[in-house]
Amino acid sequence: MGLTGLFLITFLIVHAGVNACIFVSEDTFNTAAHFMSHNWVLRIMEIGLFAGLLLHIIQGLLLWKQNRAARPVGYTLTDNNRNSKWYSRSMGLLGTLLLFFLVIHISKFFVSTKIALYGGGDADHNLYLEMKEEFAKWWIVVIYLCGVTSLFWHLLHGFGSAFQSLGINHKRYTPIIKTAGTVYTVIICILFALMPLAFFLNWID
Amino acid sequence: MEHYKMNLTLKVWRQKNSKTEGSFDNYSVKDISSEMSFLEMFDVLNEQLITEGKDPIAFDHDCREGICGACSMHINGEAHGPWSNNTTCQLHMRAFKDGDTIVVEPWRSTAFPVLKDLIVDRSAFDRIIQAGGYISVNTGNAVDANAIPIEKKKADDAFAAAACIGCGACVATCVNGSAMLFVSAKVSQLALLPQGDPERKTRVMNMVAQMDKEGFGNCTNTYACEAECPKGISVANIARLNREFLSASLTSEE
Repeated sequence: MGLTGLFLITFLIVHAGVNACIFVSEDTFNTAAHFMSHNWVLRIMEIGLFAGLLLHIIQGLLLWKQNRAARPVGYTLTDNNRNSKWYSRSMGLLGTLLLFFLVIHISKFFVSTKIALYGGGDADHNLYLEMKEEFAKWWIVVIYLCGVTSLFWHLLHGFGSAFQSLGINHKRYTPIIKTAGTVYTVIICILFALMPLAFFLNWID
Repeated sequence: MEHYKMNLTLKVWRQKNSKTEGSFDNYSVKDISSEMSFLEMFDVLNEQLITEGKDPIAFDHDCREGICGACSMHINGEAHGPWSNNTTCQLHMRAFKDGDTIVVEPWRSTAFPVLKDLIVDRSAFDRIIQAGGYISVNTGNAVDANAIPIEKKKADDAFAAAACIGCGACVATCVNGSAMLFVSAKVSQLALLPQGDPERKTRVMNMVAQMDKEGFGNCTNTYACEAECPKGISVANIARLNREFLSASLTSEE
């Protein structure tokens, strides 16, 4: 779980980086998007990404199943907020929300890129323009902001938790990892949230 | 602190045995002293039940001074009740006010089946310890206690891990019913010391295998166990367990 999580965390940096190109210019973004979908190294890594995501989901489902079986009769009264953070206990729920979001997200942009690539003999595909049209709809923007919110809480716990699972807990480094996790989560989520907002509110041309 | 008396309503889990289903019963206790311990309050209630010709409530207790790990009540939604770094027997009635309703449940875990009322079977912990919580020593004369030099920090960490009394509050509290804090304390106290080195790899592998066999859940690092542990066992031990397990699995030839 920790390993696949860190792998996906690394991917998000690349994803957010490419996204941020919209703030430079339409051409920069389209060039970056074209590179991401055409470079053969990246296309092989893309398979790895889906495998990693799938593994993360399978691991999550196994954990959920085993953990449910570990307590068939629950407590009548629990005061969990006194001993732990709600989002650390809700990773499965947040992950499921993220998965729903990903289905919508992939069917919107990933599939259209692939259709342009394989369907029309590597047809020209202006992803920037496509996003501009999609993010003009308020409900799409709302779905995206909900997705980013789930991602925020999921990462806030997941980042530090991954290190603990891999056996890294150190008096000096753990506080650094915790801070790095918070900074990472905030930056990544702001970048992701800015994209639909910038198009919707016409902050960029 | 001022002494006061209180009347309380108790909502206590009653269950005949592990095969029957249980339910809550309500009881009233009067004139409970704020200086009483929680278990003494239960003694008062049980005396009352015996006088009335009813079945007293079964609960685990032994030393009543916070060191044996026998007491195991889930009080008002928290293992060992509202005080931190504290066992049920050391919880005192000044934690409550006159007129309070207190909900008392047993530990709830597949690996800890309820035997009767508030008593659960924690022999799963014994079997985990049997699987690897030992060291090999030569027989004969006792070796000088200070024959092997041990770094102060390691001795302190091992001692802190050895403070675990095996009460099961970590399992009871964990949203996943995981026993990782307990197992990590038992692995750590030996892995940190040179005496524990000969069985270092087999110990962690066997104890983790036994833990999985008993039906405990998996750790998702919520750290609720550390917050509720009466002995304040640190989750740094869980990272050490993960480390020991990872390194043993990767290098073991078995």
